Amino acid sequence: MDDLLSEFLTETNESLDVVDVELVRFEKKPTDKAVLDNIFRLVHTVKGTCGFLGLPRLESVAHASENVLGKFRDGELQVSTQAVSLILKSIDAIKSILAELEANEAEPEGNDKELIDQLNEIASGKIVEAAPPVKQPEPVKSETILAATEKKTAPKEAASDTFADGERKIEPVLGRALLPGKVSMEDLEAAFNAAPAPEAGAPPVSESVRDDAVAEAEDHSIEEEPIRSAGKEANQSPDQDAAVKNPGSSIANQSVRVTVDLLEHLMTMVSELVLTRNQLMQIVRDQEDSEFKGPLQRLNLVTTELQEGVMETRMQPIGNAWQKLPRIVRDLSHELGKKIELKTLGADTELDRQVLEMIKDPLTHMIRNSADHGLEQPKKRLAAGKPELGTIKLNAYHEGGHVIIQISDDGAGLNIERIKQKAISSGVATEAELEEMTDQEIGNFIFKAGFSTAEKITSVSGRGVGMDVVRSNIEKIGGTADVRSTAGKGSVFTVKIPLTLAIVLALVVESYGERFAIPQISVIELVRASDTSEHKIEQLKSSPVLRLRDQLLPLVYLSDVLRMKRKNPAGVSEEASGSDTPQTNAGKDDFVVVTQVGEFRFGIVVERVFDTEEIVVKPVAPILRNISVFSGNTILGDGSVIMILDPNGIANMYGNNAADPDEAAAEAVTVSETDKKVSLLVFKAGDDTPKAAPLSLIARLEELDSKCVETSNGRDMIQYRGQLMPLVRMSDSHTLKTEGQQQMLVFADETRTMGLAVDSIIDIVEDVLKIEITSEVTGVMGTAVIAGHATDVIDVSRYLVVAFPDWFEESRKTRIKTPRNVLLIDDSPFFRNMLGPVLGAAGYKVTTAENADQALTLREDGVLFDVIISDIEMPGMNGFELASLIKADVRWQDTPIVAISSHGTPDDFERGRQVGFSDYVIKMDRGALLRSLTETLAVKGAAI
Amino acid sequence: MKHADDKGSGLSGSDTADYVTMSIGGQLFGVPVLQVHDVFSPSKLAHVPMAPPEVAGVLNLRGRIVRAIDMRQRLGYEPREPGSQVMVVVIEYQGEPYSLLVDSVGEVLSLAGSAFERNPSNLDSNLRDLSEGIFRLDNKLLVVIALERVI
Repeated sequence: MDDLLSEFLTETNESLDVVDVELVRFEKKPTDKAVLDNIFRLVHTVKGTCGFLGLPRLESVAHASENVLGKFRDGELQVSTQAVSLILKSIDAIKSILAELEANEAEPEGNDKELIDQLNEIASGKIVEAAPPVKQPEPVKSETILAATEKKTAPKEAASDTFADGERKIEPVLGRALLPGKVSMEDLEAAFNAAPAPEAGAPPVSESVRDDAVAEAEDHSIEEEPIRSAGKEANQSPDQDAAVKNPGSSIANQSVRVTVDLLEHLMTMVSELVLTRNQLMQIVRDQEDSEFKGPLQRLNLVTTELQEGVMETRMQPIGNAWQKLPRIVRDLSHELGKKIELKTLGADTELDRQVLEMIKDPLTHMIRNSADHGLEQPKKRLAAGKPELGTIKLNAYHEGGHVIIQISDDGAGLNIERIKQKAISSGVATEAELEEMTDQEIGNFIFKAGFSTAEKITSVSGRGVGMDVVRSNIEKIGGTADVRSTAGKGSVFTVKIPLTLAIVLALVVESYGERFAIPQISVIELVRASDTSEHKIEQLKSSPVLRLRDQLLPLVYLSDVLRMKRKNPAGVSEEASGSDTPQTNAGKDDFVVVTQVGEFRFGIVVERVFDTEEIVVKPVAPILRNISVFSGNTILGDGSVIMILDPNGIANMYGNNAADPDEAAAEAVTVSETDKKVSLLVFKAGDDTPKAAPLSLIARLEELDSKCVETSNGRDMIQYRGQLMPLVRMSDSHTLKTEGQQQMLVFADETRTMGLAVDSIIDIVEDVLKIEITSEVTGVMGTAVIAGHATDVIDVSRYLVVAFPDWFEESRKTRIKTPRNVLLIDDSPFFRNMLGPVLGAAGYKVTTAENADQALTLREDGVLFDVIISDIEMPGMNGFELASLIKADVRWQDTPIVAISSHGTPDDFERGRQVGFSDYVIKMDRGALLRSLTETLAVKGAAI
Repeated sequence: MKHADDKGSGLSGSDTADYVTMSIGGQLFGVPVLQVHDVFSPSKLAHVPMAPPEVAGVLNLRGRIVRAIDMRQRLGYEPREPGSQVMVVVIEYQGEPYSLLVDSVGEVLSLAGSAFERNPSNLDSNLRDLSEGIFRLDNKLLVVIALERVI
C-alpha cells in the first residue's frame, strides 16, 4: 500500500476513535467549547486529508458533518441528540469507507447522498440564511485560494482563543512543532480548497501531482511535507488535550510507530539475554574472586534496565481498549430505552499491548451484555426503588501478576431460576446436580455455549453466542472469567488476565524432587514447619492447618495439588535437583509458602525453598493450558525448565470460597487492634521450653565448630573476629555440644561482644512481648505467650553480666503496684531494647526516645511522666544539657530524672546532681536501676 | 542436527525421499528428514504434573520450551525401563517445535516411493492411528509417523 495512504488510514482511524469519545462527551455537555473545537478540528483534518489524497466520497461525508459541527460551534444550531446521532452515523460511514479503503486501496462504489442530505437538512433546517454552503462543496472551491485561507483560519484562531487556557499549558511542549505546522496550515487549507476533488470526474490532487512536470515537483515536495506535518500536528493536539485532562492515559506526543513484530522480536531477544545473564550469574556465584564479577554486575544492571525498557514499550494503558465503550453505551442506551451511565476506573492500568488487543472484543461484549441483560428498564428500576439511571462500572487493577477487570452493573442480577431451567433443558446439568451447586456456580453457566436467558432476542444480545465466546477468548490468553451476582443488586463480571510474556520475580520451591516457581508477588511469607518446632502442621480430620500468629492457616501440600507420585516415565533423569536432595519426608521438615489470593490466605507446603529468581514467563503449550495450577513455564539460570504455579488456580482447586470479605475484614480489625509487635528470636537452649529474645538485641547468629570453644579461667571462650568472646551457657546444667556445630546468639555492644550458646534456632516471630509471669529464675525475665506458646523471655542483661563480671548481678526484683510512666532516653537501640522489657517486667509503662530532641518533642506534646531515665552520652544534646533544660521549664520541672551511664566517675555523679539528676546509675546494673526508680518515686510521692 | 538435502519428502511416485529412522519399542519408524530439526540426547526433562499421560514433560531447546511427547506411551508400547537410553527428535509442525521421545535414532535412509504401502488392514489400532504408511525395507518394515496426528 502507498505509504501516504496507510499513514492516512492509521491516523484517521485514531482520530475517529477520539471523535467518538468526544462526541459522547459533547452530547452530555453541549456547552463545552473545548470539546467541540476538538471534534471540529479532527473532522476537519479528516476532510482536508481526504481532499488531498483524492478521496471524494470520504471528503463529502466529512464535509457535511463538519458543516453541522461548524454550526454548533458558531452557536447557530442547538445541540440535539438527533444531530449528534447523525454525526456519529456519518463517522460510522467514514469508518466503513476507510475499512474498504484499507482492503481495496480504493474508495468503494456508491454514495452517501441520503446521509449527506440529512446532515445538510440539519445544518440548514433551522437557520435559513445559512443556505449556500450546504449542498455541495463547490462554492468553497470557486473561491480564491486567499479567501479560502482566510475563511478557514479565522474560525480556527477564534477557536484556539476560546480554549486558550487549556491549550496554553501545552504550548511549551508544542512550541517548536507548532510553528511550522501553523504556517503550513494555511498552505494546506489552500491546497485543499483549490483542489478540484469534490467535482465529480475531476482528477484528484494526487493524480495531478503525478501529472505535473518535473518543474513542478519541487513545489510539491515543499508543499507536501508541511501538509503531512500539519496533519500530524492537528492529530496530535487532541491527544495532548486528553493528556492535559487525563495525565498518563495518552501516548506522548513524540512517538514513533514501530511494528508489533519488531517489539515482539526485541522482547524475545531480551528474554534470552535475561536467561543468559542468569546463567552467567549462576556460574560466577560459585567462584570466589572471579574477575568477571565486576563486568557481570554491570551487565546485570544494563540487562535489567533494558528489560524494563522493552517491557514498557509493550505496555499500554487499558483505557485504550475502552475508548470505544462510551460510544457503545450511548448507542445502547438509546436503542434499549434505558438510561445508562458508564463509569470507568483504573484506565491507566497498564498491560501488554497484545493482551490488550485480545480483550477489546470480549470487553465490549460484556458491556453490551450488562446494558442489555443486567440493567432493567427505567420503570422497573423505579419500582424497585433504584434510581432511573443505571450504572455500569468498569474497574481495572493489578493483582498478583494479573490484571483484573471488573464489569459491574447495579441491575437485577442474574436470574438464577431461569439459568437453572435452561441448564436442565439444555442438558448441561441435572436437577440433582443443580441442587448441590451454589448460586455462583450456577451463575457461571452463562459462560456455556448457547446459553442465553434473555427472553427476547434483541439486536444487542440474547442470541446465546456471547458469553461463551467471551470466555473462550479470554481463556485463549490464559485468563479467566467469572460472575458473581446478587439478586436485585446487580452482577459483577470479573475477568482476570495474566501478564503473559512478562518477566517476574519468582520463588523457586521443590516438592518431590521437582522444582516449581511461585510468583513472588503472591508470596507473603515463608514459614518453616517441623514436628519439633512450634510451627507444626496440624491436622483437622484430614485437612492440614498451621497456627500462624493466632490464626489458622489452611494448608495444601504441593505434592497433593499436583497429584505427584514418584515416577520416571521416560527413563530420563528427571530434575537435576532431585538427585542431590535426600527426601526429607522422614524429618517432616517442611516449608510453608504463605500465599494470598484476593483476600484468601493459604499456605502451600513444599519441601525445599531455593532462591528467588527473575524468570521469563513463557506460555505453556496449548495441551497443558487447561491445567489451572500452572500459569506458564520458564527456563532457570541453570537451563532447566520449570513450571510456574498459579496460586489462584491452586486456591480455586481447593474450592475454598476464595474471598470471604467479612472474614477478611474481621482479620484486618484484629491486626489493627493488636499492640505494637516486636520481632523475637525463638530458640531452644538447655531444656525443651522455647526461649525468646528481642531480635533487635541480637547482633548476629553464628554457627561455629564446637572444637573452637576454648576454656580459660573456668569460662568458655571463642576466638571470634580476632577477639576473645565469652561464650555463655543458658544455665549451669546446660552443656555445650562436644561435636559438630555450636549455634550461638551474638550480642554486641559498642566495645563488647558475647555469645550465648543455644541448641537450636526455631524461628523469628513477630509478636507482642507481654510478660505475663515474672520469673525468679536467673536469666529469665518471665514467661510470655509468643506465637501461641508459653515462652521464656530471657534476660539478656543477666547474661551480659555473666560474660563480663564487671556488670553487677541484680539481687532482687522490685515490682511496683501501680503502673508508672517512665521515659527512657538512650541513643543505643541495644539498651533501649534491653531496658524497655526490664522496666516493663517491673511494672513500668515505658516510653522510649532516641535522643534529647525526641524527648523534648514529647514535652511539647504535653505528655507527662512519673520519672525520666536518661543516658548521659548521646549524640547531639547530652544528658546533662537535657537535664538542665528539663529543670528550666515548668512542665517537667518536678519530674525526677535518673541518669544512666556506662561509666561513672565521682565527678560525673557530682555534675549530674548539680544539673538536677536525682540519681546516677550504671547502665548494666539492672537491680540498681530498679531500686533507684522505686526510691526516687517514693521520694517524689512523699514530697507531693 | 541433521540437515536435509534438497530432495523432497513426498511419498508418491518413484522418487526417493529421505527419512530419519528411529526405534520405538523395537519397531522402526521414520519421519521425513525435512521435518526433523534436531536430534539430541536430553539432559534434563522437566516433568509436568497433571499433564496428559503422553506428555513426558518439557525441555529447554536453546531457550525455547518444547513439549516432549513420549512416543512409547503414545503408540501404546510398554513404558521404558527407568534409566534406559532415550533420544529426542525435534520436529516442527506449523511453526511450533515439538519433541518426540524415542528409544534411539538411526541413520537417514533414502527410500524409493515404490517401496511404500498403505497401512495393512490388520494393523494395531494404536499404530494405525499414527501411521502414514509402511516402507518395505530389505529386512524390516518402517512405519512413517503421521506427525500431525501425533501432535
